[in-house]
Amino acid sequence: MLHAVDVHKNYGDYVAVAGVTLFIDEGEFVSIVGPNGAGKTTLINVLTGLLQPTAGHVHYKGHDISGAGPVKLAQLGMARSFQLVAVFAELTVMEVLQAASLTRLGRGMRLFHSLGSDREVRENAEHIASLFGLQDQLGVKSGQLPQGNKKLLDVASAFALYPEIILLDEPTSGVSTSDKHRIMETLVVASKEIGIKSIIQVEHDMDIVFGYSDRIVALYEGRVLADGSPQEIECNEEVMRNIIGREPVRNA
Amino acid sequence: MSTPTERTTGSTEVKHPDGKGIGLWLKLALVLLGIVLLALLPQVLSRYYIILMMPFFAYSIALLGLNLLFGYTGLISFGHALFIGVGAYSAAFLMRDGGLEYMEPLILLSVLGAVIVAVPVGLLAVRYIGIYFGLLTLAFGMLFYSFLLKFYSITSGDQGIRVEKPILLGFIDTTGIDYLTGPFYYYCLGLLVVMALVMWRIVKSPFGLTLRCVRDNSVKAESLGIGVYRYRFYAFLISAIYGGVAGVILAVSVGQVDPTMSYWTSSGNLVFMTLLGGFTSFLGPIVGAGAFILLQDQVMSLWEYWRLVFGAILALIVIFAPSGLMGLLTMGWKKVVR
Ligand SMILES: Nc1ncnc2c1ncn2[C@@H]1O[C@H](COP(=O)(O)OP(=O)(O)OP(=O)(O)O)[C@@H](O)[C@H]1O
Ligand SMILES: [Mg+2]
Repeated sequence: MLHAVDVHKNYGDYVAVAGVTLFIDEGEFVSIVGPNGAGKTTLINVLTGLLQPTAGHVHYKGHDISGAGPVKLAQLGMARSFQLVAVFAELTVMEVLQAASLTRLGRGMRLFHSLGSDREVRENAEHIASLFGLQDQLGVKSGQLPQGNKKLLDVASAFALYPEIILLDEPTSGVSTSDKHRIMETLVVASKEIGIKSIIQVEHDMDIVFGYSDRIVALYEGRVLADGSPQEIECNEEVMRNIIGREPVRNA
Repeated sequence: MSTPTERTTGSTEVKHPDGKGIGLWLKLALVLLGIVLLALLPQVLSRYYIILMMPFFAYSIALLGLNLLFGYTGLISFGHALFIGVGAYSAAFLMRDGGLEYMEPLILLSVLGAVIVAVPVGLLAVRYIGIYFGLLTLAFGMLFYSFLLKFYSITSGDQGIRVEKPILLGFIDTTGIDYLTGPFYYYCLGLLVVMALVMWRIVKSPFGLTLRCVRDNSVKAESLGIGVYRYRFYAFLISAIYGGVAGVILAVSVGQVDPTMSYWTSSGNLVFMTLLGGFTSFLGPIVGAGAFILLQDQVMSLWEYWRLVFGAILALIVIFAPSGLMGLLTMGWKKVVR
């Protein structure tokens, strides 16, 4: 479905991603792990068209989308959330979700329609809000939400596009451990409901990574160190020691 | 729908035009009262003050457009008087060289002129934000100003062009009445009301909401599939249309067009009026236009260095009342009801 071939990304002289090849299939839940500065966010930004790769290609549903730009990719059914919370600070929760619904339905250019009387958009927004447990905060300005809910709203607005594939950059960072599981459950339920086919997430919490992923990709200094099922990764000594920070599982 | 339950910060913060302030009905009543008062002014004020107030309508219309860019899209233009100038000169040319005497086609054709100029300027400028956008618009404003000065044979340079009084609605001309303080005054008032209603419709539309997304976070907006350049461009065109209309009625109000209309100080005045009234509220800029005109009249007659006073006022607003006069009024009102 989404596939990156030998992707490189340099910032000036600094090599952030150094030849990553990656295939994401329909129906997969893939976690990208790696230490700080490994190039995870950079890779996500290249995969979602925000950054043009220095070299290599990204294909999505048969299109070469290298540097195609997020707008085009959103139209092709790809959505994302951000590591640093990205919301529209002055907009209420309701308005953020309405805005996302508007672009999904291609109604953003309606100049003289009344937004308030678009029932479909409103119901859509309310539906997404309730999926993410934000239904009681519809009137609150996004900028005034607690940190965890800001993050949730960022993710929820991406889900509101009803994408086929979604890339989440640390969806649970800055959230307490107990809340992390709640958020992950929400994500799984919401993606079933919405019909999202594949999820790619960057995540540091190994309980969550091993608990939810079909596949784990370990990134280290811009390269793929390992790519396999949680069972395979568990036995990979190098990855376990250097990235996960645990002893590998010994097979009897 | 549920109501806001959490208020973590006080009322001093900058509120954007989307916030719900005082009750809708009260607002509506105040606006209607304002319109009635404006309609009664010619009956009570001396001719001097009415003539003084004439540019109010032109500025107000221009500021409605400018604030779509500034307050709702987050783009600050330092050259918006360009479109006032284009509108005004188009009208002057059409009357002098085209022999056009009717107001409505004058407005339509002058707006067309503003759009023709806005397309290339907008296509270029909307790719930049912040100070770069401001400087680019400033540069185009200055370019037009220089054009007006240099092409003397067409524009008469700094002497400007005399502007006649066009026929309103196809039948009202100047015979036997005081055109400016009579029919033209009400014509401008009507135009302002209509253009404000249209702008209100626009900011409350899906387009308006999407503009506010672009303003708050353009990267996030793109990730939601919003083509930010496209939205900024359309906002720019709309603001140019408002500027064009303003130019025509300013030209008629003053009876004359000259290059200073699009000089950078005119653009600066527009920004000043917006800040004075408050860019965070829909009607703020209109309040700012009125306050500016009265203030200018008072201060100018007292002291020749009136710009100094204006500078000081601007500094005070930015520091102590970032939401302008409207912000102060709303805050005062909240204290009263509490
Ligand atoms: N815009 C930029 N310009 C220059 N260097 C950058 C830029 N963005 C990231 N880098 C550098 O590239 C490297 C990879 O950054 P990236 O954000 O992709 O890491 P990451 O794996 O997401 O890390 P983290 O776990 O901290 O989020 C880092 O060393 C970072 O300092
Ligand atoms: Mg990162």
